[in-house]
Amino acid sequence: MTMTPTASGRTAAREPSILPTLLLRWETLLIVLLLLGAVGNAYLSENFLDVTNLFNMTVDFMEKSIIALPMALIIVSGNIDLSVASTLALSAIVMGVLFQAGWNVWLASLAGLAVGALAGLANGLLVTRVRLPSLVVTLGTYALYRGLASAIVGDEALSGFPDDFTTIGQGYLPGTPVPVPLAIFLVLVVPFALLLHRTSFGRLVYAIGSNEEACRFAGVAVDRIKVILFVLAGLMSALAGLMLNARFGATRADVGAGFELDVITAVVLGGVDIFGGQGTILGVVLALFLIGELRFGMSLNNVPAQVQTIAIGLLLILAIILPRLLRARSGGRRVASA
Amino acid sequence: MASVTERASRPNLLLLAARFRETGIVVVILLIVAAVSLRTPYFLTPDNFRDILLNIAILSIVALGQTMVILTRSIDLSVGSIIGLSAMVVGLAVRDNPDLPPVLALLMGIGLGMALGGINGLLVTLGRVPPIIATLGTLSVYRGLVLVVSKGQWVDAYRLPAGFVQMSKSEALGVPNLLLFAAAVAIGVAYFLGHTRLGREIYAIGSNPTAAQLAGIPVSQVLFLVFVLSGALAGGAGVLWASRFAAVANDTASGFELQTVAAAVVGGVNIFGGSGTVPGVLLGSLLLGIIANALTLVHISPFWQLAVQGLVILLAVVVDALISRRLQRALALRARRMAPA
Repeated sequence: MTMTPTASGRTAAREPSILPTLLLRWETLLIVLLLLGAVGNAYLSENFLDVTNLFNMTVDFMEKSIIALPMALIIVSGNIDLSVASTLALSAIVMGVLFQAGWNVWLASLAGLAVGALAGLANGLLVTRVRLPSLVVTLGTYALYRGLASAIVGDEALSGFPDDFTTIGQGYLPGTPVPVPLAIFLVLVVPFALLLHRTSFGRLVYAIGSNEEACRFAGVAVDRIKVILFVLAGLMSALAGLMLNARFGATRADVGAGFELDVITAVVLGGVDIFGGQGTILGVVLALFLIGELRFGMSLNNVPAQVQTIAIGLLLILAIILPRLLRARSGGRRVASA
Repeated sequence: MASVTERASRPNLLLLAARFRETGIVVVILLIVAAVSLRTPYFLTPDNFRDILLNIAILSIVALGQTMVILTRSIDLSVGSIIGLSAMVVGLAVRDNPDLPPVLALLMGIGLGMALGGINGLLVTLGRVPPIIATLGTLSVYRGLVLVVSKGQWVDAYRLPAGFVQMSKSEALGVPNLLLFAAAVAIGVAYFLGHTRLGREIYAIGSNPTAAQLAGIPVSQVLFLVFVLSGALAGGAGVLWASRFAAVANDTASGFELQTVAAAVVGGVNIFGGSGTVPGVLLGSLLLGIIANALTLVHISPFWQLAVQGLVILLAVVVDALISRRLQRALALRARRMAPA
């Protein structure tokens, strides 16, 4: 595996560069914030630093975290997917309906995953075949997929899932305090990190995000890569939907509404450039835990969920403005040292 | 450039297509009207059409603001939250001060909307945050503020003074006020976009931001302005919303941003900016209103509403993309053929 100097923060960081890359500093900043948050939360609640508590805290945001992995790749490639939460709902509802119709729960789950993959495929094909911007396509499917979910069940709630299914949302790895959702996320992080940072596919994702036209002229199968990314996003959204079904033991058409905001916020806060070409999975993972910690701290203080979204919205905007400012400064220094 | 030189000799393809775009919506509207009225005669009654028009009045006002933003290649996803916040703030003010003149209430909503739109504009211009992300952020910030302001409570119908509720209900010359407001906004925006220097600059920025900058157009200021205008219209619409429904909930107009984008895009506004007309957007709003009304009349569950909206948006952008690509190819071919001459 060759290590060429490229846009990737991780590879670039290993080079004896005079300038420490922004991404490295960004990730260090995230770690500092994460620790500060932990101190703050420990101050607010003496039970915060309890191991069981720390593990349980993660359960609340693992579904979003799983969607954030393919979302990071999509944003690095210079695209965006606003339809993830709607895909999540459609898959969760299809799974619930099939289960209530008498299907085996795992077969129904498989069908839910297939629906998610198809939803992602539709996004990918509209983006590549019709050459529409992903923003517009997924704004449309954001309404379409959620609308289909609500057309299927109306305002009904589906429930009655068996225990061996709800385990994937509520259970723990046998003999450990590790919740199953966290385990699923950790198992998925590794292949996604390897895919983005250690394969030629990942290199091409960065390349497409940096200059799609150039990639096309260089003969890169841009369209095929984009379709794969959207299918991955659909698949992971569907998995998140199944995990939510399992965690709540029930599902409704509005399940996961608004998740796309939290997911995009985490990815951008994690240092992924919203215009593509830059970012690391490590940064995204750190940002996910930072947001989870922040929400947990606000919940400890009885801050209502809707007011918490104010903080998340502000965080999203700051996450874009701050690196822009930092980059402008480091850019200035580069000019000065040259 | 080919299109300019050829305009004299042959009918301009682009102009034809632009005309076709609006006739296209009219044809679709007529088809739906014909199909639905075959099933339910009530559909074609004046009463029902009055209902449809009243239902789309607020949508068309906000969609016209959204249109100005989209024309510059931006998007404003926060309009639903601005409507909600304006409706709540003004609703509370009117509830607590029943003597507040309705006109002042309306101005209050517009002013609040301008401020909120101004924040969007600053984020986009000074902060250089992409519009979609900036307004996705303010969408949740403004919506969260609704809850902060209301402390989780609703403004109930019986607490709103009659004068305020009548603002949208009463009629002048047999036309409901709500329609007059919408008409005034439509005429104002049409004049602004078509006949003022600033209006033309909005189109120029959307067609080619770099060229606009080079041509000396103050791109940042114009961008800031369209967000302020979109906010102002959404803020005013929030007051009308509170008056029309005589109650304000915490989730008022939540998700409405999607309908405004749909109305604009279905009405032929290019999502990449630079082209789109006021009559087109009005027709787009009408089409959405007719679809919603028809779904109810033919007893299709209201739960289909959102799916149909999504489908309509996708169809509109796909058709637009296919048409404009074919056009560009045709124009490029002709330009090549003309080149040696």
